[in-house]
Amino acid sequence: MNNIAKIASLITLGLVIVPCLLYFAGTIGLDTVKWTALAGTIGWFIATPMWMSRELPVDADQVEI
Amino acid sequence: MVEENSNSGGEFEREPVPDSALLGNGKFWGMYAGEHAAGTEFMIGPLFLAAGASLSDLILGLLLGNFLAVLTWRFLVVPVAMAKRLTLYYQLERIAGGTLVKFYNMVNGLLFCFLAGAMITVSASAVGVPFKITFDIPSNTFGLSNPSFTALVAIVGVVIALVAAGGYERVSRVANIAAPWMIAVFAACGIVSLAQMDATSVAALSEGKYWSDAIAFVQEKNGPQSFGFWQIVVFAWLCNGAMHFGMADLSIFRFAKSKSSGWAPAIGMFLGHYMAWIAAALLLAALIKIQPALAVGGDGKVSANPGLLAFESLGWTGIICVIIAGWTTANPTIYRAGLAFQGVLPKSSRTAMTLVAGAVATIAGAFPNLSAQLLGFVGTYGTVLGPMGAVIFVDFYLMKKFGLRDEYATHSGAQVNIAVLVAWLLPVAVGLYLIIALGVFAAYAVIPCWIACAVLYLGLSKFTQSAGPEPASV
Repeated sequence: MNNIAKIASLITLGLVIVPCLLYFAGTIGLDTVKWTALAGTIGWFIATPMWMSRELPVDADQVEI
Repeated sequence: MVEENSNSGGEFEREPVPDSALLGNGKFWGMYAGEHAAGTEFMIGPLFLAAGASLSDLILGLLLGNFLAVLTWRFLVVPVAMAKRLTLYYQLERIAGGTLVKFYNMVNGLLFCFLAGAMITVSASAVGVPFKITFDIPSNTFGLSNPSFTALVAIVGVVIALVAAGGYERVSRVANIAAPWMIAVFAACGIVSLAQMDATSVAALSEGKYWSDAIAFVQEKNGPQSFGFWQIVVFAWLCNGAMHFGMADLSIFRFAKSKSSGWAPAIGMFLGHYMAWIAAALLLAALIKIQPALAVGGDGKVSANPGLLAFESLGWTGIICVIIAGWTTANPTIYRAGLAFQGVLPKSSRTAMTLVAGAVATIAGAFPNLSAQLLGFVGTYGTVLGPMGAVIFVDFYLMKKFGLRDEYATHSGAQVNIAVLVAWLLPVAVGLYLIIALGVFAAYAVIPCWIACAVLYLGLSKFTQSAGPEPASV
């Protein structure tokens, strides 16, 4: 189950990045990039919590800049 | 610092981390990979462009500055962290005394409130995009934006403060899950922005006309400004001055099994403070190219509206990213500020103090100029907190060599080590005067203040330790 979720996360992350590269190469339009990125985002936040439920890192309450 | 005030890691707050709890290198690389790609990046990147930095200076300056930052973590923080294996706060308490550490922590908390305020502004800028609420930056530092945006800041601030009052864990889990996606979104924003500016060939990328055109536009609207190579280097090096020169990351590296873990911040720096900053700066350049009217605020000047920038690039994904980035940065910031305030008023509840910190942050967030001055603020943050790292450095490396007692507060029972207090506040006061009154670039003050603090602490300790009672052995 974890492996399937990990693959799903990888694919959804690809949906954020790959269309941008295709847009950069002039293959697809910006609207397509925006919609696939949104689909990838939704997919990421569904798939990733299934496997990334690891313990919080030791600096979880620290402030980042 | 009292026990309940610092719970990073949850264990080993007042004892050295035992060998059984040490972590391997991989944990640190994983941890830092998700660090430093935060809400602040959406503000800082465009500010480089708005300040007039050239593209070559930015690319090379950030490279050098981030490399110096990594070296500082590796060779300044890690050796002390691995030798002592204590948190920054407990180590400071042993040197400076419990009361002084509470004061230091309160100052830290107040600075955190302003940082959180900037993040509330950032998040509100994104929430406002779908509602067509514009983000106007007034000319006065303490001027409000339009009423709709101010009301939005209040709503966002209240929500973030209420969530922070519930603790940091849930939001930290969201931040943990979001980190890889957020890095991907930053990269995507940069790639899309380049394509929007037709910089899709090696020739166009290396020519950099898309950048110089944007700089020319900003200079025409905002007046001539410059942000040179060394300013970029010093800023990139010292914007996390509180974490490395200030030794705040002792709390992280006390778990390190090997000194080579000290290289791990490199991944955070080069993803967050290199790729993400450049990508965020490209967002503003692209907006100037494709919709210049949107890049200009009501005052006729170019301003960075992170929400709008991200929306024009990646649509709703951009907005979601700005909101999550701002929120996950503001949340632990308000939480830790609340803890700091509770340390000063121990009888108060943590929830109440978190809400106070949230209120201060929300008020700060209502003044958009504060977030627009993030480059200066981050340097000031390092100037104020960084010198405490010099105290730890001197205590660890030099006190015994000069025949002085290390960890003097523990041995003397003092609640306030006067030598630390003066050595910290005097250079910081001078540094703040230079920054605020004379307009010195804030990041330039970090290292002089650090060195001055180290020298003063050593000199004053010689005087105070010989004048004081003979400390008991502990």
